Amino acid sequence: MAHAIISVENLSKRYVLSHQGAKGDGLRHRVEHFARSPLRWLRAALKQGARANGGNGALHGPGHAPPAAKEEFWALKDVSFDVKQGEVVGIIGRNGAGKSTLLKILSRITEPTTGRVIIDGRVASLLEVGTGFHPELTGRENIFLNGAILGMTKMEIRTKFDEILAFAEIEKFLDTPVKRYSSGMYVRLAFAVAAHLEPEILIVDEVLAVGDAPFQAKCLGKMQDVSRDGRTVLFVSHNLQAVATLCSRAIFLKAGMVEKDGPTEGVVSAYQSSSAHDASSKLEQVWSEIDRAPGNDSVRVRRIAVIPDAAEADLELNMSTPFRVEVDYWNMVPDTSLIVNLCFYALDGSPAFESLTTREKQWHGKRFPKGLFRSVCSVPGHLLNEGRYLVRVIFLDSRVMKLYDFPDAVMLTINDPEARNIPYYHRFMGNVQPLLPWRTELLEESRRVQ
Amino acid sequence: MESFQHRIVIEAGRAERQYWRDLWRYRELLYFLAWRDILVRYKQTVVGVAWSLIRPLLTMVVFTIVFGKLAKMPASGVPYPLLVMAGLLPWQFFSTALSEAGNSLVTNTGLITKVYFPRMVVPASSLVTSLVDFLISCAFMLGLFGWYRFLPGIQILAAPFFLFLAFAVACGAGLWVSSLTAQYRDFRFIVPFVVQFGLYLSPVGFSSSIVPAKWRLFYSLNPMVGVIDGFRWSLLGGQPPLNRSSIGLSCLLTVLLVGSGAWYFRKTERTLADVI
Repeated sequence: MAHAIISVENLSKRYVLSHQGAKGDGLRHRVEHFARSPLRWLRAALKQGARANGGNGALHGPGHAPPAAKEEFWALKDVSFDVKQGEVVGIIGRNGAGKSTLLKILSRITEPTTGRVIIDGRVASLLEVGTGFHPELTGRENIFLNGAILGMTKMEIRTKFDEILAFAEIEKFLDTPVKRYSSGMYVRLAFAVAAHLEPEILIVDEVLAVGDAPFQAKCLGKMQDVSRDGRTVLFVSHNLQAVATLCSRAIFLKAGMVEKDGPTEGVVSAYQSSSAHDASSKLEQVWSEIDRAPGNDSVRVRRIAVIPDAAEADLELNMSTPFRVEVDYWNMVPDTSLIVNLCFYALDGSPAFESLTTREKQWHGKRFPKGLFRSVCSVPGHLLNEGRYLVRVIFLDSRVMKLYDFPDAVMLTINDPEARNIPYYHRFMGNVQPLLPWRTELLEESRRVQ
Repeated sequence: MESFQHRIVIEAGRAERQYWRDLWRYRELLYFLAWRDILVRYKQTVVGVAWSLIRPLLTMVVFTIVFGKLAKMPASGVPYPLLVMAGLLPWQFFSTALSEAGNSLVTNTGLITKVYFPRMVVPASSLVTSLVDFLISCAFMLGLFGWYRFLPGIQILAAPFFLFLAFAVACGAGLWVSSLTAQYRDFRFIVPFVVQFGLYLSPVGFSSSIVPAKWRLFYSLNPMVGVIDGFRWSLLGGQPPLNRSSIGLSCLLTVLLVGSGAWYFRKTERTLADVI
């Protein structure tokens, strides 16, 4: 048991960010580079071409290198830890803390810049549910395809085929193309395949964020089984409750470094106090440059704001204040049907409520052209209990598959000014404190006491 | 199940010794990806697989009319449609393989950024897919032989070698183009262009015997020249006799192409998930 099955030594990963459409110009720059010294005349020709195109080359004179449109960014800095066999380790941290990069390196999708990892055993990583599913293929075909992608052999898939089917509960639709599946069936099938991998080390990234609550519970149960079998699990999640139930040990990453590593309880509370500190006045976040905005090729977020619906425009939110959450985002792919999902969590990771744009009337179900959209969710007063809440924004497509997930997008603090006037006050339990009507009436007055 | 104990070392710039072994281990994935592409290719089309017959058939008809009837190119003693088809088979294999391999990494971005496997599996599977199309077209060639009552000679035994050569050329070029496309999408425009030109620069619609002898070696710098000449010779025989130096040059170029392609692919593969 005491044997270190994963050992990470001084792992660092550097990304070079290039701005201003430098990506598209890459080839031209390469050609320019190549031509510069041996063929001076060609350089002039290329410069001229650049000028004619109105490209970046227009501004710098001859002989000057193009201005460095590049920026270094260390996603991981000097990360070291060991994982023993049979340990279940949760990895937590804010967005951009390096969790995904770490998982990508551990699953050999990308290489580290420096440092070293030694892994003893067969690794299966689940960075996404349903990787490689093809909508045109049937359920049966996709089981084989997805299994092969996750590293199973054909024999293994054959022997587990019935089990996978039973777990996914889709027997009737086995020979239907998965594009005709409901999103629930799709996710169940995808997880079923992944759940029947039998690696010595399982690396899981937030796959539990999809699907409904019973399904999530089923997934969590399956992961507990996996860890009970003495297999090693690395689990990345924003759901601190899930981390606390599953993991005995947690690693808190902050800005690419290990901030704290140890028993889950201590690490989780360190993370909570740190995120409360970081996000204390994060009522509005704006990214005006599309290239640097959080998001991906599907959607990018321009702005997220919590705006109190109070005349006095008080920055403090009281329990009675209704407020709006406004999400401005660029849809990058024409003709996708987007769904915006807001999830409210208390700082301990326990969910308060969630809401989706599925009841929205103007755009829901329609094809979104490329462009900037704003979705506004109105939250009535007297809903959230006093306390601090993090809002997570998830963008889904019409199949309810996750396009982009933005945890900890904004944080809001709900105050209860009346609390001070009530003697013997304590914070009400739960994350919601609705104003519920009460009525008390006298049913029968007894004259004689006794 | 695989052996219980395997150790993976992840390090920067590590020329992984286990890469080729991994590639072998993931051969089933190659098969599954090819199988997927074949299954999906003709979904929601009306005539389905017939497309892989219609394309060469129409090209053959047009080339026979343009080169054989209008330009009156020499047919070296065989029916012109046979001459065209014998060149078209390896060419069509090469051009589909190149186009599909070129885009393969980009179309499989979802896989590449989420799962580990030796990335060479992806372009290799598009070669396999194109090979299936090629075999279907071969059946068509057999039909043509029957139609013209033409019986190939003993030299047909050399056909697999030239098919292998075509495969190697496509493989080398495919490795180059796929990794270049992943980094520079310019190649999405360049490749169709090259394929279109190549059709006329390679001896597909005509016999390479019309190229003057002194230019022959220069002409053979296009590795597909040797492949097509050889393939045509093995199917149709005799006229003109096989040009050994041209085939030799083709082989040499092919070895270079495959070697450099594999080297460049391996070099870019390591950071592929970050770049794509």
